[in-house]
Amino acid sequence: MTLLLGLHDVSKSFGGLHVNRDVSFDLVSGDRVALIGPNGAGKTTLVNIISGDLTPSYGRITFEGEDITGLSIAHRAHRGLVRTFQITRLFSTLTATENVALAVMQRKGMTRRFLSVAGSSSDVRSECQELLQTLGIGHLAGLRVSELAYGQQRLLEMAIGLALRPKVLLLDEPAAGVPHDEAPKILEAIERLPPDIAVLMIEHDMDLVFRFAKRVLVLANGKLIFEGTPSAVTADEEVRRAYLGSYADARRPT
Amino acid sequence: MVTMWWTEEATARLSLPPELVGVATIAVLGAAGFFLFPEDLAFLTRLIGITFLVLSLDLVTGYCGVATLGQAALFGVGAYAAGNACIAGVTDPCALLAVGAAGSALAGLLSGALITRFRGLPQLVISIAFSQLVTALSNKLSSVTGGSDGLSGIVPAPILRTFSFDMYSRTAFVFSVVVLAIALAFLMRFVRSPFGLLCRGIKDDDLRAQMIGAAVYPRLIVMYGVSGAVAGVGGALTAITTGVVGLDSVGFERSAEALVMLVLGGAGNLWGALTGAIIFQLFEHIVSATNPFHWMTLVGLLLILIVVFAPRGMFYGASVAWSKMRPQRWLR
Repeated sequence: MTLLLGLHDVSKSFGGLHVNRDVSFDLVSGDRVALIGPNGAGKTTLVNIISGDLTPSYGRITFEGEDITGLSIAHRAHRGLVRTFQITRLFSTLTATENVALAVMQRKGMTRRFLSVAGSSSDVRSECQELLQTLGIGHLAGLRVSELAYGQQRLLEMAIGLALRPKVLLLDEPAAGVPHDEAPKILEAIERLPPDIAVLMIEHDMDLVFRFAKRVLVLANGKLIFEGTPSAVTADEEVRRAYLGSYADARRPT
Repeated sequence: MVTMWWTEEATARLSLPPELVGVATIAVLGAAGFFLFPEDLAFLTRLIGITFLVLSLDLVTGYCGVATLGQAALFGVGAYAAGNACIAGVTDPCALLAVGAAGSALAGLLSGALITRFRGLPQLVISIAFSQLVTALSNKLSSVTGGSDGLSGIVPAPILRTFSFDMYSRTAFVFSVVVLAIALAFLMRFVRSPFGLLCRGIKDDDLRAQMIGAAVYPRLIVMYGVSGAVAGVGGALTAITTGVVGLDSVGFERSAEALVMLVLGGAGNLWGALTGAIIFQLFEHIVSATNPFHWMTLVGLLLILIVVFAPRGMFYGASVAWSKMRPQRWLR
């Protein structure tokens, strides 16, 4: 159990609006953590801060014991701190394979090459094909992103994340917009990840949260109000008030 | 169609490598120009010089999404560098091309470092400012550039010490065609490389590119350097073959014209840049000769028609029309 990611009193405010307040938690290898909370709780902002898209107003972030608060997005990704986006962000004029291939080649440090042909490495090609097949979109490899359905784009987004071989993977609502029959593929892909990496998932679908998470963090009004097991989260009064509402009642053991 | 090259089926279908197709196309077009229009070789040589400018613009604008109206500055720097080197005694044409390419690559790296720091309209304004700066310097530093009179007295030695430049521009034209073929082969490979693919990715979404671990800014600067080198070869070629370099080589107007040609042909595709550069200049040449009073109007009309009916450029429009005409079994 090595400590991978650490947040220390991370706060973020935009003007007078405090989006995150003194958020502290750790991710250790093998962690499967769900980050839940009502809309506007600051979940995506927190992921943006961790991935380097936003700088915290206060607080520190460490990765493998090293302070990365001032490190660029690209450097963090390169070290293995990888995220996916809530609203799909892909290379829209490239094909599905090219999207994944770019991630694979970037990871391997191949994107400095300017005289070899991008598709010529059979290693890269087979890795791309494997990743796309893992997510059940292998048959769409040659299509451009703009030709894919939104749910398929979500799966591709996931494939890019996996292609980077992350040590810490931040998933921002990976199942949002994915048709219900395809959603299990996302969970399958997560379950097939190397056991020693840490995964943090923002998710609203509580079924997914309960299947995936070993630990749940609850964010409300920018503050971490709960940290514990999935079964404990439904029992917690404050969480129920802040977020779960009727869902918790429905789940309550009778 | 353009992005299909990556997949295996596309590779299997297009058995010829694009580099070879590029060289063959230039050879055929060059031969056609040489034998069919022996009177117009001086014009066609100039056309090739500008084609380099449009290709270089395609690298930054078409492949990386950088908005620039200052590309001619890089072209002009190459032309002045080669011209001065020639006057100083370096008269070998191939060496002069190298001087032009190196000078413009340096200018490209410097201006790129500034221009790619910004996005959108500020970026466009910076590029114009850079071009104005170079124009003003070219005007003032008359000891280096000849000022508004232009830099003249550029007399290059025979190519490979064998082929001397003649007054019918035969040598100049053939030299330009050969250089263009070589450059196009290199560029065809370059844009298909992992680096080229990453640049297209950056154009699509630079945050996404950063999130896969790519350092976007340095890549854009490198691309600017390469683009500068290509523009510089064009500038040097023009200096060598015409013997003069004027202020119009660096000016804003030439930058704007190059952008028009690129959009006309189809940005983000070397064939598009090539098509746009050749067709626009031919059209301009023919129309301005037959109707000297209204040719600008006609050029304007052509532009509007193309943008309305083929907004992604002539090359893309033509390839779509072509694939519709072909029998069904050829389609994907």
